[in-house]
Amino acid sequence: MHRLALACLAVALSVTARADPEQDREAFRAYFLQRFPDVPVAEYVNGIYAIDDKARAQWQEIEAFPPYEFAVEQGEALFGQPFANGRGYADCFENGGIGVRQHFPRFDLERGEVVTLELALNLCRMDNGESPYPYESDDLIALSAYMAWTSRGETIDVKVPDDPRALAAYEDGKRFYYSKRGQLNFACSDCHVTSAGSWVRADHLSASLGHPSHFPVYRSKLGEMISLHSRFYGCIRDVRARPLDEQSEEYRNLEYFLTYMSNGLEVNGPGARK
Amino acid sequence: MASKIKVKVKLKGDVAEVKSLMLHPMETGARKDPDTGATIPAHHITELTFSNNGKTVMTVHCSTAVSRDPYFSFSFSGAKAGDTLAVRWVDNTGESDTVETVLG
Repeated sequence: MHRLALACLAVALSVTARADPEQDREAFRAYFLQRFPDVPVAEYVNGIYAIDDKARAQWQEIEAFPPYEFAVEQGEALFGQPFANGRGYADCFENGGIGVRQHFPRFDLERGEVVTLELALNLCRMDNGESPYPYESDDLIALSAYMAWTSRGETIDVKVPDDPRALAAYEDGKRFYYSKRGQLNFACSDCHVTSAGSWVRADHLSASLGHPSHFPVYRSKLGEMISLHSRFYGCIRDVRARPLDEQSEEYRNLEYFLTYMSNGLEVNGPGARK
Repeated sequence: MASKIKVKVKLKGDVAEVKSLMLHPMETGARKDPDTGATIPAHHITELTFSNNGKTVMTVHCSTAVSRDPYFSFSFSGAKAGDTLAVRWVDNTGESDTVETVLG
């Protein structure tokens, strides 16, 4: 039995390993366009507000006075502060770190792993002799918010380079996304693909297309800014699985897959969500 | 330190619609630190004042019932473009913050 399961898994892996990310992305997008024919594709970056009119009206009221502005200002101030060695964050990124959010997460061929914006910021700190931020740090989220802010309107452009390790990371993220987990036995895709738009308690489930475009977000229910990985943590806890740490390899690969699926949409972070 | 109050005003004729958002922890004094069990001392705004060209148009006496990072909105008449609206809060520890904005 065990051997049979392994054999099935091996077959499944070899099938998915042949998949082409670009083909996946087109199918992913086509699914949502068919499911919500009235929603223009550019609207998906607004998450649930693309498909839930009542929630959208509330959100527009909030956006008239965006609660994430304080974080953007804090991030801008931190971004401009030089390290002890005189260098700064701007030296670690192309174009001085302005308008580069759309290229993250990226596969770093030297490191052989997926580097998210938050990881890149911490690597930048360590390269310059500073201690890394803990990933739930307000300062790190503020920096990420500022960098997203400067990238608003840019088109998400995540690449899977022609390297077996990059493809493996992509496949790993994809497998995570479609795998059932937790006591409730849900995969990410069960809620956000198959059941997108349906009720979950008092809310509607958002569509996965465009999910990573607006992070970090200000959550009204928490009254603070959270990162994308903190959102992953919440989702995985909610299906009663054991959540992983922020910036774990699994979450970075998941972000890689998920962001690739949203290639071609606009960066509109930071965002406000209930 | 830049002010942690944001104000936006919309003028419709002589009526100004004011929206404001301020960063403040608004601790009630009833919460406990989950790690140490120690009570977190009360820290909340007690008075919020809006004055237009020096004349007070709205005073709010806040207590612990107002949630963190308060948002406050109201309208007043008798405003015109070029007026200076000042927003100021004082909290129970004596801290204060103020910001001025010119109506336009």
